Amino acid sequence: MKFTLSWLKDHLETEASLEAILEALTDLGLEVEEVSDPAATLGAFRIARVIEAAPHPDADRLRLCRVEVRDGPDAPPEEVQVVCGAPNARTGMLGVFAPVGTHVPGTGVDLKPGVIRGQESNGMLCSERELMLSDDHEGIIDLPQDAPLGVRYIDYAGLNDPMIYIKITPNRPDALGVRGVARDLAARGLGRLKPLDIAPVPGSFDSPIGVSIDPALKDKGCPLFAGRVIRGVKNGPSPDWLQKRLRAIGLRPISALVDITNFFTFDLNRPLHVFDADKVQGGLRIHPAQGGEELLALDEKTYALAPGQMVISDDTGPESIAGIMGGEHSGCTEDTVNVFLESAFWDPITIAATGRALKINSDARYRFERGVDPEFTLPGLELATRMVLDICGGEASGVVMDGAVPDHARSYRFDPADVGRIVGMDIPEAEQRATLDALGFRLEGDQAHPPSWRPDILGSADLVEEIARIASLSRLQGAPLPRVAPGVPRPILTPLQKREGAARRQLAALGYNECVTYSFIDQASAALFGGGDDSVMLQNPISSEMSHMRPDLLPGLLQAAARNQARGAKDLALFEVGPAFSGGEPGEQAIHATGLLVGAAAGRDPHGSLRRADLYDAKADAEAVLAAIGAPEKLQITRDVPGWFHPGRSGRIGLGPKLGLAVFGELHPKVLRAMDVKGPAVAFSVWLENPPQPRKRSLARPALQASDLQPVERDFAFVLDAQVEAAAVVNAAAGADKALIDGVRVFDEFTGEAASAQMGEGRKSLAITVRLQPRQRTLTEAEIEAVSDKIVAKVQKATGGVLRG
Amino acid sequence: MDGISELRARYLDQVAGAADADALEAVRLAALGKKGEISLKMRELGRMTPEERQTAGPALNGLKAEIDSALRARRAALEDAALDARLQAEWLDVTLPGRPRPRGSIHPVSQVMDELTAIFGDMGFSVAEGPQIESDWYNFDALNIAPEHPARQEHDTFFMHRAAGDNRPPHVLRTHTSPVQIRAMQDQGAPLRVIAPGRVYRMDMDQTHAPMFHQVEGLAIDRAITMAQLKWTLEEFCRAFFEVDEVELRFRASHFPFTEPSAEVDIRCSWADGQLRIGEGDSWMEILGSGMVHPHVLRAGGIDPEQWQGFAFGMGIDRIAMLKYGIPDLRAFFDSDLRWLRHYGFAALDLPDLPGGLSR
Repeated sequence: MKFTLSWLKDHLETEASLEAILEALTDLGLEVEEVSDPAATLGAFRIARVIEAAPHPDADRLRLCRVEVRDGPDAPPEEVQVVCGAPNARTGMLGVFAPVGTHVPGTGVDLKPGVIRGQESNGMLCSERELMLSDDHEGIIDLPQDAPLGVRYIDYAGLNDPMIYIKITPNRPDALGVRGVARDLAARGLGRLKPLDIAPVPGSFDSPIGVSIDPALKDKGCPLFAGRVIRGVKNGPSPDWLQKRLRAIGLRPISALVDITNFFTFDLNRPLHVFDADKVQGGLRIHPAQGGEELLALDEKTYALAPGQMVISDDTGPESIAGIMGGEHSGCTEDTVNVFLESAFWDPITIAATGRALKINSDARYRFERGVDPEFTLPGLELATRMVLDICGGEASGVVMDGAVPDHARSYRFDPADVGRIVGMDIPEAEQRATLDALGFRLEGDQAHPPSWRPDILGSADLVEEIARIASLSRLQGAPLPRVAPGVPRPILTPLQKREGAARRQLAALGYNECVTYSFIDQASAALFGGGDDSVMLQNPISSEMSHMRPDLLPGLLQAAARNQARGAKDLALFEVGPAFSGGEPGEQAIHATGLLVGAAAGRDPHGSLRRADLYDAKADAEAVLAAIGAPEKLQITRDVPGWFHPGRSGRIGLGPKLGLAVFGELHPKVLRAMDVKGPAVAFSVWLENPPQPRKRSLARPALQASDLQPVERDFAFVLDAQVEAAAVVNAAAGADKALIDGVRVFDEFTGEAASAQMGEGRKSLAITVRLQPRQRTLTEAEIEAVSDKIVAKVQKATGGVLRG
Repeated sequence: MDGISELRARYLDQVAGAADADALEAVRLAALGKKGEISLKMRELGRMTPEERQTAGPALNGLKAEIDSALRARRAALEDAALDARLQAEWLDVTLPGRPRPRGSIHPVSQVMDELTAIFGDMGFSVAEGPQIESDWYNFDALNIAPEHPARQEHDTFFMHRAAGDNRPPHVLRTHTSPVQIRAMQDQGAPLRVIAPGRVYRMDMDQTHAPMFHQVEGLAIDRAITMAQLKWTLEEFCRAFFEVDEVELRFRASHFPFTEPSAEVDIRCSWADGQLRIGEGDSWMEILGSGMVHPHVLRAGGIDPEQWQGFAFGMGIDRIAMLKYGIPDLRAFFDSDLRWLRHYGFAALDLPDLPGGLSR
């Protein structure tokens, strides 16, 4: 919402400074976005006289001007020499002069004393473009001979009027008119709201155009439609004051009739429409569109109307999209002599729906969908009639109307204690009542009746807000919020929140860099990771790169890896802890902790050669996360992994066959190629919700079982089929004597071609260390031998492995 | 017994002159070995008279002990010298780099969320969460944003696809963390104190906007909570979060459908040489929106507004992270540039807490 200071003062009698007004506006909730003050930008430009304009001795196109300048109307004259290139510079003319030191907005240059082709030049005679008043650069400003020397040009030209741009929150349609803004300022105490004189204009004949509202719209869509014919008008440019106002707020003056309707839109938040009455056939009918009607609107676009959208039609068809935009056919032109002036009240919801469907953003729609003052429909029509008659002449008919002002009467309990109880501000009751009164509320006992222009007031809480707002929330003093309970605060995080934190800190400690990637990705990437169907598709994505909710965190991390590789980074350890989406319903999301390793796990350095990250790095890190979040220790590794992993080099960590806790492994080369990542790469995901919560948390640890007796370690090497898994060997060995065997550890694997050559095709050797922990007494050699035999037998039975000779 | 002096002098000389362990062993054998000169002399004691033995015995024993001691001392000295020589030879270049230890990092958004938790946790706020794909009821209607209200359009909402024939209104990607207010009220009832940090989504992308960012919501409901207490809570939060001694906040009337009265909150600050200082100077910077929970919202959460009242606030986590840590560009938060992650990230052990101060 834009207006100028002088426009505001049409409604507000005030001595307040611009500064004070701006501060109050922002504080009242009418936040000032921008101010342009011509006194600040153009205050140095004054009216001056060209004493003599002589040819420049060394340049044909330049003139040497002796200029009489005054630093104010009563200041002594001074003579200044200026070199000027304007063709219209001539002896005796009056123009606009900028002294040395002035910032010229049109050129962006600060004027300095200069020498042009050997002649001194101390200042500038300016064109309108240099003052950014218009695009005119044909010549310098040429003022009438009675223009007062030394006066600031902005004062002389009536341009000294600051423009104020405020942001209006959607609840304040009343502030979309200058008068509403003035009312707030008056309530704050910054002046007095001037009375609005509404004298009805009597009609001298009956309107030849009648109006009727379709019964389907009378209850809701269009409760009231009024208008009248004004005949014999002369349309043309609107008067200077009106043009200046519209220009100041960024509107282009068009013609008197159009400018008048625009003026009422911004002055009183009363959008109007004028039809060329000679182009209207028969009466005007307000009705829902049947669907399929087309209308060329004033923005020169053709709109096809959908069933139910409100239109105003004459006998030949639609002439206006009701409350949103008029039609080109019945619009006013320079030649218009008879007009029909419309003022109506439209249902905000219907207007909003139609405007959105047709994608029309007009000032009328903007106001009607927020809610204009229904009571002002007819007064607005009278005021506008008066202005049309004043500016364009002519003669008005009587008012024709259908419908009535909709009932907006309501009242809410006003309790002066509420402001203290809710806001915590101490405001005397008299001040509270005065505030409501100034805003237009009617107070009756303990009931407050909101004014017709405040559709947003819908309860007692709104009264509190108005009182506190006008009093100024800047007066509010903080008051301590007591603790919930005295003493040391209780813990507040849920077990899952603690898991997220633990996983995150553990991964960072392992050397991973945390990323936060977008929750939406492109369809192709989503599809590679088991997602990308319509249930997780956005209806209105911002780009095709962000069209589907991610099914997994890996695609985002892989894209991040590809970007980093493109920047020259080779070795990457990236992770993210965040949501992945299995469907499009609320709650179909799970928290993953996902890590990605690309490149070397150990870089090339003096201490060893480069080692690529492999699946065992991913596995160890997944296990570290599981340990950090308190997952059970005994977990099973299986090979049922999703398709984006290398089928032979990946595994799933689960608690039994049903409950998966994590996957890890090398990523499928096809997936890496599709994601543009130079591999190989390994990754893991831990599903943080899945590990069961410990049933009961006991803080006391079980007693330490530490034997004083020396443990004994024995090594075994087995020859096995190459695809026998180490876990089978370890489990078999551990089961040989559960009381005595304290641990089994794989310490070597000999596999590949060399192993085949030694031990036969498809064979490998696996070496384990078994740790025996005696409890009662030291083991004898014979006892150790006996256990060893059992271990060998167990492993052989379980895996077919034989002791390597 | 001149022989003794002569023996002592000779062997001590030889011990001192032994250049290595082998030479020293040869001296030991020559003197004290089975057939060593001193051992042989001691064997002769048996053939002496008791008188002779009285003097020769102690003298020989003394000589043997003295030579033995000299041998041991010499052996130790030779070993020390050998060790010294070996250690000298074992020189390594200590300026070579140590074995690399990985250095990971925590994203600033996560770090700031942990800071928020530390501060508000101390004030008795727990952390609430909710789904990021939300029904339009939770995201809008329950928060007093009616379907056709212009405020709803101003949210630049992402909608989820609806299959043909599914006539429910489309779900949305939550445009703010406020729907978590409703879920927390429904789940926990009153009294209630929660914060709800998390991802939110708006259809907006330019220099200063990303289509996804992070907000934190705060909600406190009790019998007599006031806007003055809201102000104090925010003052305490800002003082602790920005780690300054004093802050000054300014409440400015505004409008949010879910609060009434509503206020934008500005913080006093100064900008000098591109450096932001909180708590001093003549500038005001908007940092969050807040207000008293609207009765409709309490009702939507199943709480009786005649019995309970409270405040709510919401602010951008990315934004306060940028302000506190001087991070210039929002979109870089989500770009995962390794150089950025390392530069603006935090160490794993930098877990914020109040006793140690939030930051290192």
